[in-house]
Amino acid sequence: MAQRTRPLSPHVLNYRFPFVALLSISHRVTGIALSIGTVLLVYWLASAAYGPAAYERASHVLGSPIGLLVLFVFSFCLFYHLSNGIRHLFWDVGLGFELPTAVKSGRAVVVAAVGLTVLTWAIALF
Amino acid sequence: MVEFALPANSKVLPGKSHKAPAGATRVKTFQIYRFDPDSGANPRLDSFEIDLDDCGPMVLDALLKIKNEVDATLTLRRSCREGICGSCAMNIDGTNTLACLKPIEEIKGTARIFPLPHMPVIKDLVPDLSVPYAQLASIKPWMQTETPQPPDREVLQSPEDRAKLDGLWECILCFCCQTSCPSYWWNGDRYLGPAVLLQAARWIHDSRDEHTGERLDELEDPFRLYRCHTIMNCTSTCPKGLNPAKAIGSIKEKIASRQF
Repeated sequence: MAQRTRPLSPHVLNYRFPFVALLSISHRVTGIALSIGTVLLVYWLASAAYGPAAYERASHVLGSPIGLLVLFVFSFCLFYHLSNGIRHLFWDVGLGFELPTAVKSGRAVVVAAVGLTVLTWAIALF
Repeated sequence: MVEFALPANSKVLPGKSHKAPAGATRVKTFQIYRFDPDSGANPRLDSFEIDLDDCGPMVLDALLKIKNEVDATLTLRRSCREGICGSCAMNIDGTNTLACLKPIEEIKGTARIFPLPHMPVIKDLVPDLSVPYAQLASIKPWMQTETPQPPDREVLQSPEDRAKLDGLWECILCFCCQTSCPSYWWNGDRYLGPAVLLQAARWIHDSRDEHTGERLDELEDPFRLYRCHTIMNCTSTCPKGLNPAKAIGSIKEKIASRQF
């Protein structure tokens, strides 16, 4: 008999992830994005402390189309992570574990995150 | 550890193709994961064309038809064919379920059938479940008491206390949920997983068990219990309609509330 280690059955790339699971991984991804994005905020604050020229340059960088895009994504990540974080708080006290409820609360999180992002940018730009 | 790619010896290669018999009227293709431990070769994906007009309605019917009529070496676990033994748990159409309870009609296009995810494969659709079984034994899934049992009667339980076990006792230990959980894929050596934690909850919430405190002590651990991130794949996939995520939540709640 051939002696060899047993193969590992296919997993993450072979699994059909339900909506609720996709929201969960999005929570993780937006969390990481927020950690990285915070460096941007530090850059902006540090530039203000450094002097008018540095602040001017930082405003220019963050106000450029690419800078605005990054800030837009960052703000979405913030609102998504915040909304879904509140959903997690409900779970922490034992509420909303039924599957239909989890799907509904998940939809609410997506709507809230998109809505708050759009609202914020509407206020900022107009 | 998070590892998306499969190890070299686990990569699935293209396999053999079996055509439908001439005159077949309603042909459905089944792609099935095959691994032969004696060949030394990598796993492969064989495809079988089946005439649904000459086959029972469930995926298990198709698998047994293939085994009986096309390729007798196809290996799978099955016993009761009615969703109570939990033997035929496998990944069908991207989701873990029992082959005997999954109607072929629910699958659009080609039916892709794999063993339970992220498990060592013994042969074809048969995974090695010794780790989850050992984890189950570790939570002591039996009644633990200090008070001696009354000599003349059973230990009684009120209907209300008995109702607390509903949704927990029905688990058939098929490990569909266990192997659907990404946390269990990445930390299955230390995280107990949804099926085992649901069993733990079944004893924690039993009014007759007197070791609740010890049980909670055992679980109060960053890995054993708290690798659950409420991804809810377990609840989404359970073929019995149970809710392991909720059961795990109830354990976390119990641990949190005993501090006050």
